[in-house]
Amino acid sequence: MLRNRLGAVSAVAAVVVLAITAGTSSASHRVHGDAGNVVFMSTQLNGVTEREGFRTTIVKGFPGTVEKIDIPLGNTTIFPERIQAESSAGKGTISLLGGVHGDFTTLTQYLMDLSDVAKDLQKAGIPAELFTLGKLGTNKQYYIPWMQATYVMVANRKALSDLPKGADINSLSYGQLVQWAKKLKEHYGRPELGFPAGPTGLFNRFLQGYLLPAFTGHLNTSFKSKWAVAAWLYMDSLWKYVHPQSLTYNFMQDPLQSGEVMVAWDHVARFADALRNHPDDYVVFPAPAGPKGRAYMPVLAGLAIPKTAPNVAGAKQLIEFLDGVAAQARLPQIAGFFPVVAQRLSKQVGPGLLAVAAAVKKQQRSKDALASLLPVGLGAQGGNYNRVFIDTFTRIVINGEDINKVLADEGAKLQDVLNAAAAPCWKPDPPSTGTCQVGAN
Amino acid sequence: MTAVAEQAAAVPRLRRRWEGLPYWLILPTLGYLAVFFAWPMVQSFRLAFQDIGGNWSFDSVERMYHDADFKKALYFTLLLVLVIVPLQFVLAFVMALIVNARLRGGGLILFIFIIPFAVSDLAAGLVWQQIFTDAGYLNTILQHLGVIDQPKIWIDPRHGNWLLGEVVLAEMWRSTAFVMIILVAGLQGIPKEFGEAAEVFGAGFLQRIRTVILPMLKPALQVALLLRIIFAFEVFASVTAITGRAKTTLAGEALRWQGDLLDPHVAAAYSLLILVLSLVAALTVVRTLRTPKEKMLR
Repeated sequence: MLRNRLGAVSAVAAVVVLAITAGTSSASHRVHGDAGNVVFMSTQLNGVTEREGFRTTIVKGFPGTVEKIDIPLGNTTIFPERIQAESSAGKGTISLLGGVHGDFTTLTQYLMDLSDVAKDLQKAGIPAELFTLGKLGTNKQYYIPWMQATYVMVANRKALSDLPKGADINSLSYGQLVQWAKKLKEHYGRPELGFPAGPTGLFNRFLQGYLLPAFTGHLNTSFKSKWAVAAWLYMDSLWKYVHPQSLTYNFMQDPLQSGEVMVAWDHVARFADALRNHPDDYVVFPAPAGPKGRAYMPVLAGLAIPKTAPNVAGAKQLIEFLDGVAAQARLPQIAGFFPVVAQRLSKQVGPGLLAVAAAVKKQQRSKDALASLLPVGLGAQGGNYNRVFIDTFTRIVINGEDINKVLADEGAKLQDVLNAAAAPCWKPDPPSTGTCQVGAN
Repeated sequence: MTAVAEQAAAVPRLRRRWEGLPYWLILPTLGYLAVFFAWPMVQSFRLAFQDIGGNWSFDSVERMYHDADFKKALYFTLLLVLVIVPLQFVLAFVMALIVNARLRGGGLILFIFIIPFAVSDLAAGLVWQQIFTDAGYLNTILQHLGVIDQPKIWIDPRHGNWLLGEVVLAEMWRSTAFVMIILVAGLQGIPKEFGEAAEVFGAGFLQRIRTVILPMLKPALQVALLLRIIFAFEVFASVTAITGRAKTTLAGEALRWQGDLLDPHVAAAYSLLILVLSLVAALTVVRTLRTPKEKMLR
């Protein structure tokens, strides 16, 4: 009897204590406008200087605390796995996610619809097409645009003397690139052109957004076309002058700085160290043009909130803070990324990154520019999609297999991937009704 | 009942209680093994042999087998095991003999031998990558010595054997100490008198090793071989760090299917294959190196 009564009393006491603590925490929330603690897991801004810059500069002035969890470079699997695990557990610790477009395409089922945040940010000056990308081909706003970037080429100034006659570095063609690479190899006795074709390198984007669209004008719909055959023949001839260690390169800033290669293609952020440390040693220039145009791929990073987020209000506040003018203006200095809000870059950015910005502008505004978007609507098939392109490259260029046979084999796999995701075509492929069809256009 | 009789009855009761104690003591270990080894094993078995709908099928295993990188990964993994393990045992045995010789400064030698063992396999891979890379330490030193005019490309996918050699070097550097420690422990269990007796009868150094030390070291060799082979089947970080995309292993493929291609079923099929290969290798080792009980040193 007594024990029962004691139990009842302690239960009541516990409820009262809980109510009081809950009351105080929500009260303090209201009074101070404090966004609380936001745990922010990000695949971006994870370099040593970027991490420090994010903590001390970008989130300075945010009314709350931000705990950033960095996904180690080269171990990107932690990102989806952690989100999946929190979802399976039904209880989350992470309130905000930061990643590039491709990081989110596989995770839509775990993400909240942020249409309300997008509405709040309408006047922030973010272009509407960036918001559309954040919908991942649906009518829900899965991520909010955060930073943008693209891929460019960088050369050591010493390599410029070997440029083929009459070539303008700002409007190179793929034909001139191979001549240049050949001359460099003859001059220095070793290959001087490099690509990030290592395990975590972004070489797949070179194939999807640069080489193939430049030769075919499309991507998936022309995967088996005679223009695609020409592109692969070209790649095969180019590879003779490419540093064989490219298969181990993930960030081209490293082999550029160590002098292993003189000319390289990569993501702008993956050149940032070299350009920040020795801006005078390098020139930044647009990717070459092929028969169908100067194809390039814009990159977009975004912010998303997982459905299991413990602090949704704080996370939304942080999104609006990070997309605010102040935080956006500080981005290029520390990250090599550019703001999504339209504005001019200040001189503080430094000569290296200003050169990148100039090259990006030239690339986008060249007469023959051909924008090829990051894959849209592939869902969990993103990894398999990339794999088809890397495997095609490996089989044709590294293993020397017959091009037509490889394109037939891998084309079938590519169609399987598109079917599995039921993905419609995206630019530069013409719009499709229903699933995008691999073809020979 | 008298007090004495009561006491007499209490003794077997006490003994009975103590007899059960060992079982209680291993219970936490069993629980740990069940939760962290047995259950995940059952889960990966189910993952490997079930499709997304939960129906039993061989689909994942077939996809693994038909994958372009499967044979490459299997071949390179087996090659690594076959090359690394024997080399490592010879080296570890020599190192263990040096440590066991109780030379002056022997403690320091042991310490130096063990340092690489404290380095993670990824870090070790990166260290060796820094040595072999085009602008790396090896080329810099060779250039300074005037051996080569310009850097030589060592990490060259067109030379598969070079890549193998580089990975083997990295793995030998990192994990030979592991084998050595077990062998040193084994050596220390061999009474000195045996060797001395053999010496009295005129056995030379090599003869003593062959007829006294090696046979008595068999149990330690067995343990070391067992563990080393199992670890060798799991290698991937050093391979990725040094060779990039040029070479791959079974464990590396399992990670890729899980992480990049988001297909835990094929990843589980890979890990089951690693388990089966490790089991077969372990059983072979246990059978071939079995020491009959009557021959065991008491």
